[in-house]
Amino acid sequence: MPNDGSGFLPRILAIARNAFREAVRDRILYNLIVFVLLITVSAIFLGELTAGQESRVIVNLGLSATLIFGAFISIFVGVSLVWKEIEKKTVYSIFSKAVGRGEFIVGKYLGLCATLGVNLTVMALGVTLALLYVGGSGLIGGVWAAALLIFFELTIITGVAIMFSSFSTPALSALLTFFVFLIGHFSASLLDLASTVGSNSAVAFFTVVYYLLPNLSLFSFITETANGMLPPGSMIAGAAAYAVCYDIVLLTITVLIFSRRNFK
Amino acid sequence: MEYAVEINNLSKEYETGFLRKKRVRALDDLTLNVRPEQIFGFLGGNGAGKTTTIKTLMRLQFPTAGSARILGSDISDVKMHRRIGYCPENPYFYDYLTAREVMSYFGELFGYDRATTQRKTEELLTAVGLDEKDWKKQLRKYSKGMLQRVGLAQSLINDPEVVFLDEPMSGLDPVGRREIRELIAGLREKGVTVFMSTHILSDIEALCDEVAILRGGKLTASGNLSELLSASEGVRSLEINVEGVAADAIRDEIDFIAGAEIMAKPNGATIQVADEADIDAVLQITRKAGGHLASVHPVKQSLEDLFVRTS
Repeated sequence: MPNDGSGFLPRILAIARNAFREAVRDRILYNLIVFVLLITVSAIFLGELTAGQESRVIVNLGLSATLIFGAFISIFVGVSLVWKEIEKKTVYSIFSKAVGRGEFIVGKYLGLCATLGVNLTVMALGVTLALLYVGGSGLIGGVWAAALLIFFELTIITGVAIMFSSFSTPALSALLTFFVFLIGHFSASLLDLASTVGSNSAVAFFTVVYYLLPNLSLFSFITETANGMLPPGSMIAGAAAYAVCYDIVLLTITVLIFSRRNFK
Repeated sequence: MEYAVEINNLSKEYETGFLRKKRVRALDDLTLNVRPEQIFGFLGGNGAGKTTTIKTLMRLQFPTAGSARILGSDISDVKMHRRIGYCPENPYFYDYLTAREVMSYFGELFGYDRATTQRKTEELLTAVGLDEKDWKKQLRKYSKGMLQRVGLAQSLINDPEVVFLDEPMSGLDPVGRREIRELIAGLREKGVTVFMSTHILSDIEALCDEVAILRGGKLTASGNLSELLSASEGVRSLEINVEGVAADAIRDEIDFIAGAEIMAKPNGATIQVADEADIDAVLQITRKAGGHLASVHPVKQSLEDLFVRTS
């Protein structure tokens, strides 16, 4: 007989490991890593064109590419993560076993976060190598701190993607997640917008949207890193706490929706 | 515990259509009990509701009404699912994994350590007849029959007390079917309750102690297989094979016997009569026409007859 099954953690970790394995065996991920490495290499040549600014260009381009490619992975792998399991009916063999739907969602989410973590590490390593090549080692600490902030941001994007995919098609989920990503980076402007419009209802609307959507500008530190600044510890801790809270809310909503689904 | 599986007034409705929503009843007030340590056959035509029933028991779908219990626990009890196994129709697995990896993954879900999972993997993949050289191949390279074997193996990884098999012989060649039939019979010997849906009636006849037949989501017959077959004694008949005479030569006279039917066959005829007393009359007619008796035997109702009549 199997053990008493009281611990949900081994099941979540098993699902996470499998999600990670799936992503690793997906060649698209390999291509993205190679692509980012290529961008980093091209940044070096761009740096040569902008005399004396090589390190800044490499940090700007490298971290921006890291964010964009990370967001692409979060959105496109995130929206298909659960959907694919339903479409391919692999969930049949999972849920007939003693696996809770919540455990499944959390496991899949953690698996993708682990994939993103590995991707980000490879990307940051690429930027680091490029900086070492051009003698900009003073910026390396900032690059890793900024990459950590990007990782926190991507955990939220992944959570949003999985939440939308729990009740919508992958295409629509990807579109909606992309909007959240876009608006999330400019959410501070929503409050400014609210203050400039006259009507009370518009103010209320923009304020609600501001508080509802994630404030992704909390994780932005690319330009500052390129200028040789390091994010303060309080900023990193605050961003981590914000991401964890937001992720918990997103996963709770996803689990609530997913728990009511019938698999035809 | 009197029953391994108890289904009480279970109904399932689906909504179809986009603008004009229509409700379709896939399962209609199904009540069914399965005794432990037996092989239970679940029969029905396409769309009869067999897979819907099994999916509901596996908590893949929620019932519209009614309830069900497995091993005394409600089907919504996740912990109870540690004690059961399930092989879906056309098993779907992660095609990027090998058979070994699939088994390891499912072993991990049951909390087994690596050594136990490995031992069980080897035992089960051997038991279902999967060639060892294929264990390390990705499942995307597997044939339907090979996937079916992996499906069966994974359904047994937790030593289940009840196992649900949805069309377990699907995609298997005759040799494979025989092997799996022996495996299923072996499960009963070990005290496992098997709930099996299949279209292959010969497998049901060979394996099952009790059966249930569904039609349009409703139960049309259920009970002990031999009792169900012998309960239709009224339609039992006798088949008389005669030789040396053409069917047409005796047809007119045979037609005078109430309930008798005659069919031509090479070098003779087959006559079915409802009553034993009619045998003499048939023989007299045959001999008068120059023919002779070849054989007489009772025609028992087959499962196929029962299936056709009730589904």
